Amino acid sequence: MTRAVENFDTVILDVLKEIGNIGAGNAATALAKMISKKVDMKVPRVNVLDFSEVPEILGGPEEEVVGIFFKLEGQIEGSIMFLLKVESALQLIELLMPGIASEGFNEFCFSALQEIGNILAGSYISSLSSLSSLDIKISVPSLALDMAGAILSVPAIHFGLIGDKILIIENEFVELVEKDSVNGYFILIPEVDSYDTLLKSLGVQI
Amino acid sequence: MSTMIKVGMADLKVAKTPDALTTLGLGSCIGICLYDPGTHIIGMAHIMLPSSKTIKNNSNIAKFADTAIVKLLDDMTKEGANQRRLVGKIAGGAQMFKFTSGNDMMRIGERNADAVRSILSDLNIPILADDTGGTFGRTIEFYSETGTLKIKTIGHGVKEV
Repeated sequence: MTRAVENFDTVILDVLKEIGNIGAGNAATALAKMISKKVDMKVPRVNVLDFSEVPEILGGPEEEVVGIFFKLEGQIEGSIMFLLKVESALQLIELLMPGIASEGFNEFCFSALQEIGNILAGSYISSLSSLSSLDIKISVPSLALDMAGAILSVPAIHFGLIGDKILIIENEFVELVEKDSVNGYFILIPEVDSYDTLLKSLGVQI
Repeated sequence: MSTMIKVGMADLKVAKTPDALTTLGLGSCIGICLYDPGTHIIGMAHIMLPSSKTIKNNSNIAKFADTAIVKLLDDMTKEGANQRRLVGKIAGGAQMFKFTSGNDMMRIGERNADAVRSILSDLNIPILADDTGGTFGRTIEFYSETGTLKIKTIGHGVKEV
């Protein structure tokens, strides 16, 4: 059986929100270790949106954004994407390697972002893996810097196989000393049959 | 005054001169543009997937290449376009993320482009411009007066076809 995200009831959304919370919490801890600074995070927002609404939260379909994409491997098939606005990406790079992005993006910046994405998505997925007792790993990252609409077409098409909406989790990380706030978005994209496997393993009655 | 009418993701629209149609930030999706040089009626569809036939929940006909093209033709002829005169221009179908071991879903852009080409060919609609593939997003603007398609990218230039 397959279900579209628009048919998710509040119980399922609460479970996904809680996973988002725990996953992002671990991601924040990982981020704090990486930059050796205290990092706080706000309670994540879980949104079920129409395809056309998603680019709007990132500033519109033509807004340049960074997308870091991973395939999920193991007992869940699918992918996960971590999205950042350009200014948030530059802030993260500045926190990790001060000065290297002073003249805009270069190859070092992309490597740094892939590594940040790797650690954040990795800790997110490892929470999901331990909560669900499913064996899930992430692939090597693939990064794109392009129009929000174009980058979001990738998850939208996957969600499009089963419905007309997309589920997106927004996380806000705050670095406590200089109060730099970085907004990142996770989009978990299980393949059609994997949503049921995932929800069942988390103990949701479906 | 001409108006620029927006076509969203999984959406299709028809316009008459002097108006234009646009869709912003095409990635792996395809922008299908049809033009009747006789009446200057234009149509644009922003499709996401190649075929409605393999999908159970397929009520959103603008989402799939096969059903969207049929609906677009229908809407255009209702406005007075002549199907025998129609010409097509297509853009999009990029692969935004590269992986060495790509499965079918990773090559969806290419599959979308193939499906659109074959459907238009079955309908005897010639494709005058085909700007598909690559690894970058595109914004397209389609003008009813000339049938010109303007393609804008970030870092890969702007062109008119």
